[in-house]
Amino acid sequence: MDLTVDGKGVFAGTGGRPLEKDRPLVVLLHGAGMDHTVWVLQARFLSHHGFSVLAIDTPGHGRSKGSPLATIEAMADWVAAAIVASGFERAALVGHSMGAAVALTAAARAPEKVERIALLGASLTMHVHPGLLASARDGTTLAPDLMTSWGLGRSAQIGGHPTPGLWLTEAARRLIQKGVGPGLAADLQACTDWKGGEEAASKVRCQALVFAGAEDRMVPAKATKEMAAAIAGAGIVTIPGSGHMMMLEAPDATVDALHGFLSGKG
Amino acid sequence: MADAKLPRFDTLALHAGQRPDPTTGARAQPIYQTTSFVFRDVDHAASLFNLERAGHIYSRISNPTVSALEERIAALEGGVGAVCVASGQAALHLAIVTLMGAGGHIVSSRSIYGGSHNMFVHTLPRFGITATLVDPRDHDAFKAAIRPETRLVFGEVLGNPRLEVLDIPKVAKIAHDAGLPLMLDATFATPFLCRSFDHGADIVMHSATKWLGGHGVAIGGALVDSGRFDWEGGKFPTLTEPYAGYHGLDFAEEFGPEAFLMRARAEGLRDFGACMSPTNAFHILQGVETLPLRMARHVETAFKVARFLQTHAAVAWVLYPGLETHPDHDLAKKLLPRGAGSMIAFGIKGGRPKGRAFIERVKVFSHLANVGDAKSLLIHPASTTHQQMSGEELDAAGVGEDLIRLSIGLEDPDDILEDLDQALKASQKS
Repeated sequence: MDLTVDGKGVFAGTGGRPLEKDRPLVVLLHGAGMDHTVWVLQARFLSHHGFSVLAIDTPGHGRSKGSPLATIEAMADWVAAAIVASGFERAALVGHSMGAAVALTAAARAPEKVERIALLGASLTMHVHPGLLASARDGTTLAPDLMTSWGLGRSAQIGGHPTPGLWLTEAARRLIQKGVGPGLAADLQACTDWKGGEEAASKVRCQALVFAGAEDRMVPAKATKEMAAAIAGAGIVTIPGSGHMMMLEAPDATVDALHGFLSGKG
Repeated sequence: MADAKLPRFDTLALHAGQRPDPTTGARAQPIYQTTSFVFRDVDHAASLFNLERAGHIYSRISNPTVSALEERIAALEGGVGAVCVASGQAALHLAIVTLMGAGGHIVSSRSIYGGSHNMFVHTLPRFGITATLVDPRDHDAFKAAIRPETRLVFGEVLGNPRLEVLDIPKVAKIAHDAGLPLMLDATFATPFLCRSFDHGADIVMHSATKWLGGHGVAIGGALVDSGRFDWEGGKFPTLTEPYAGYHGLDFAEEFGPEAFLMRARAEGLRDFGACMSPTNAFHILQGVETLPLRMARHVETAFKVARFLQTHAAVAWVLYPGLETHPDHDLAKKLLPRGAGSMIAFGIKGGRPKGRAFIERVKVFSHLANVGDAKSLLIHPASTTHQQMSGEELDAAGVGEDLIRLSIGLEDPDDILEDLDQALKASQKS
């Protein structure tokens, strides 16, 4: 569906069902250089299991035009505005990687709008490798290759994906290739520049669940534990056999944990 | 400097798509010879049917053994995924019916497999889909043949039977400038010799019966998508508009780079049902495991045979893109750097009667309607694979009565050369 946020048109997937005001809203936030399609199965499942879903393309990503937002804080404020723009007062935020930083920051800056947060592949700081940052700026093929290589767990790089016939290595690379350009470079710079993780985590008062990929090399287990420890009362769930891209690598385990948490059972 | 480390081609040929069986620990890919899969509960069943969860429902739509092969072929081609089907022809049909309906039009190279020619010229028109066939080397003809209702540009990486090398980058640009995808039949090349997506193709199909399997025991086909083509713009409503068959699902919007394959499977296999059997997938997987080794040997021997035929007194002409005399030799070096395949076409002196005598005297070669076997094969296209074509169509496709097509196998190269030599000499004495 098309939304107008801060006076500009943007796109959000709804998981195959229109938004319904009497269903709690879940906002799915993609990672750097990605778009709403990373959440395809989670969006479809949640929207058909009691939730209204917005899988948002942030400005300059996927089907949303405009310039990418420059800081995690700006993205967080933008997400809070998007909740209002969609006609809801509050939402649960589910974020992946950079999107997790955005969800965490939104929960700290706009607590009245955030019901709960689920953070996938999240850490309190996100220092992007200089080689990756440079290749994203230069628009070379190296950035998608690096993100695919580092982002997917070893298991996913061999395959055996539950979606029949899906070769995830190339599907992930293709998704990131689409995001190469101003969007990816701006996102990675915003991640590197982000210094507000600890402060935001200390301010969060809503329920939080941190997702760790057992084979995640971009956010190792230590960083995930630090994130969970920094948020009062946060739980932690480990997705077996998954790297950083857990909603793609292990869609069932991810959606089961998400659905339980969002339904108040997790 | 940062470096991306992902499994390479030969490793993927052995491992892609298959982890040791989680239940039994089986290292080899098990054959899941089952029609259907038990649901965990009612909600799990509903979620699978509604594409909310990943998994298998019924083996017409997907099967774990077939899926392992799909991932492996996609990995080797560099595609976002694949759908394996009953045959190469089923793959071609599935692509077309996923992309267009009645009123649709295809621009195709005219140097294509006889069965594909029949589909385009004789069968699809009954369903309202037409095709214009053009010389694969005449790029202006591709451009000129595109109409407002065109939905696909099609060709073969190596033409059949005269082995023209399609200039993939040029034809891809023509297609893309017109907002159309380029689909290639890459059967003769395999991804070992040519990675079509790297040169601009959008969709690749295979008759997996041929070199991918390599053993001549299983029929199968594969459809692979690069995931790069932008389906938006109004020409492909099957992918960009709500589909009533899945409660208004917009495949491109929800599945992004996997839209084409999702629709092909969710609709095409569900409704047309040309699925691959798990056992055939298993057989073809065994072949794919050794594809790099076999293809290296195939092209090495094929080059020797082509050189041998070039100097043989009974041979009027030889077509092999690996030879400098082939009109597309330079293009072959660029697009197929590891070798120009293992198909050779040649003209025998004395035409049809001498060709008949030659075919009846070979001992190592088998006379049959297949290519890409580990065993060397030959055929006379004008009387077999291209038999349904008129004389005019045969001329246009360059299929003369003297043309003999060889598929060079993995026997000892000297045995192959000796067999050809004795049969050629004998043919001229008959």
